[in-house]
Amino acid sequence: MTLTSKPAEAEPTAAALPGAADVVQRARHDPDVAGLGRGRATVFVAPALVIVAVFLVFPAIWTLYLGLLDYSLTGATAQDPSFVGSQNYTDALSDPVFTKALYLTLLYVGFSAVIGQNILGFLLAWYFRTAPRAVRSTLNVLVLLAWILPGSVVAFLWQALLDRQNGSLNALLHTTGTAWTIDHPMAVIVIFNIWRGAAFSMLLYAAALNTVPTSHLEVARMAGARPWQQLRDIVLPTVRRHVLTNTLLITLWTFNDFTPYLLTGGGPDHRSETLPVYIYKTAILGGHLGYGSAISLLLLLANLVIAVFYIRLLRGGDDESALRKAERKARRAEAAVAS
Amino acid sequence: MTAGMRASSGGYVVRRVLGRIVLYAGICVLTVFFALPLLWLALTPFSKHPSYQATLSGLTLENFRKLFDNPQTWPSLRNSIYLAGGSAVLVIVLAALASYALSRVRVPGRDQLLYALLLLSSIVTGTAAMVPIFLMLYQLNLLDRQSGVILVLTGGLLPAAVFMLKDFVDSIPRSYEESARVFGAKPGQILRHIVLPLIRPGMATVGVWALVQVWGNFLVPYVLLSNPDKQPAAVVMYTFYDAGGQPNFALISTFALVYSVPVVVLYLFVNKRYGFAFQGGIKG
Repeated sequence: MTLTSKPAEAEPTAAALPGAADVVQRARHDPDVAGLGRGRATVFVAPALVIVAVFLVFPAIWTLYLGLLDYSLTGATAQDPSFVGSQNYTDALSDPVFTKALYLTLLYVGFSAVIGQNILGFLLAWYFRTAPRAVRSTLNVLVLLAWILPGSVVAFLWQALLDRQNGSLNALLHTTGTAWTIDHPMAVIVIFNIWRGAAFSMLLYAAALNTVPTSHLEVARMAGARPWQQLRDIVLPTVRRHVLTNTLLITLWTFNDFTPYLLTGGGPDHRSETLPVYIYKTAILGGHLGYGSAISLLLLLANLVIAVFYIRLLRGGDDESALRKAERKARRAEAAVAS
Repeated sequence: MTAGMRASSGGYVVRRVLGRIVLYAGICVLTVFFALPLLWLALTPFSKHPSYQATLSGLTLENFRKLFDNPQTWPSLRNSIYLAGGSAVLVIVLAALASYALSRVRVPGRDQLLYALLLLSSIVTGTAAMVPIFLMLYQLNLLDRQSGVILVLTGGLLPAAVFMLKDFVDSIPRSYEESARVFGAKPGQILRHIVLPLIRPGMATVGVWALVQVWGNFLVPYVLLSNPDKQPAAVVMYTFYDAGGQPNFALISTFALVYSVPVVVLYLFVNKRYGFAFQGGIKG
């Protein structure tokens, strides 16, 4: 693997030490250069695997089983949970509050993560390449602060920002008395999440844009390509995989984001109640553990569908670029023959 | 022909100027958008009459005295340090061992396993797994115990930590370990004297990442701990309300500031020392 060029340097010393040539020879095929061995490697991996299995994989599987029970924290079913099969699932799917929560979650993810964070993060990374130093560092610090401050703090900062009487937003817009979290709860949590998470996309795209060869951009510029043409024809194809990875991650994070609860509490009248908030309210506050588990499983399934969808897109991209490469090679061969 | 050229170059200049104006207007709006919510955190802790209003009405440090006199302040911060420190140490040690072994010893299906766990962790750590985790800790008698919170958080952070750290170890050339081995070093010696110093920057980055994640986590301690004395700062901040449901601004504003400072300092430290760029952790 990465060894291909290294053994050449090691060979002279190896020749001087008896038996060492053997080690080097073996290292070329076996990446286990420290001589860890299967046994010790297993011991190294085991503790991490055990914790992950117990506290991550097992709860996920247990959700499957719990979802089939009529099980509550209080009342008759607390002592003796009964098996009800798919009852919880049919209940959930026919509950208008659940379907509304699912719809609101999709809106929340679509507008705040897939569109908002993604585009704003990319624009910031793109602008920072050529921005004046002072502007860049100021904006950079602000965007990063929004991302690294603890969730409880930013939730309170936004409560202060949006306060009816004294909030900074109403002061700035001269709209004192407007209750943003009551009048436009969904817009509030969407904009909040864009503010909160744009930094991640910005950092990832900044790293991605560094991988775009400057020579390609220069050639394009000399050929008279406008900035947006450079973006479309050179930059976007190069960072395509980064875009997909980023979108996958922020989609999953936003899907499971609990912070809206700290801002609007899901209200008023379920109008900003996304699935995580709904699960929290029914399962933990309401004590309906079986029903809550069934919805958790539906949430997991939704996440899985999204993940598989993105991963297929990523794979599809590989085939496509391979095809393009083959085409280019064929064209070059043609040109060689022609000349 | 020349007239046409002049007209088009004139159009070009106009467009360029307009473009600049739009750009700068956009930058101004963005700066205000990102700065406005933060203003409150910067001003209110020092204000004589703290409220939702983000203005400075007379400079004072009185609010901080109130904060430090509050009996909940120090215990909750200590709880936060305990939870974040404990999880970070566990994550670093376990992730370093696992990622080194996974990077250097060939295990079939390793990458698929890592990807699957990474996806699972980003899915499960949220509200979706709160019910089974709650029940499991209840059965294990770990409910309302800080060690339970640490284990749950560690389980959630480990896949991503191993993923990032393995990438880091992959990028270190094997030739160092190889030459040590050629000169007869034992595996233990190689790990201690060669590998450990090499992956220390990666461990620091992952450690700070874990620390920041746990420090800010609200949901897991909120659900799993019931005793207020055990709650970390993230949860305690929401208890500074008076009987009428009005927030105690003097306490909340100063507490928010004191509670945020460690995260920012840690971030600056890692950023300066190692650079927080995505050196690989997340590749396309």
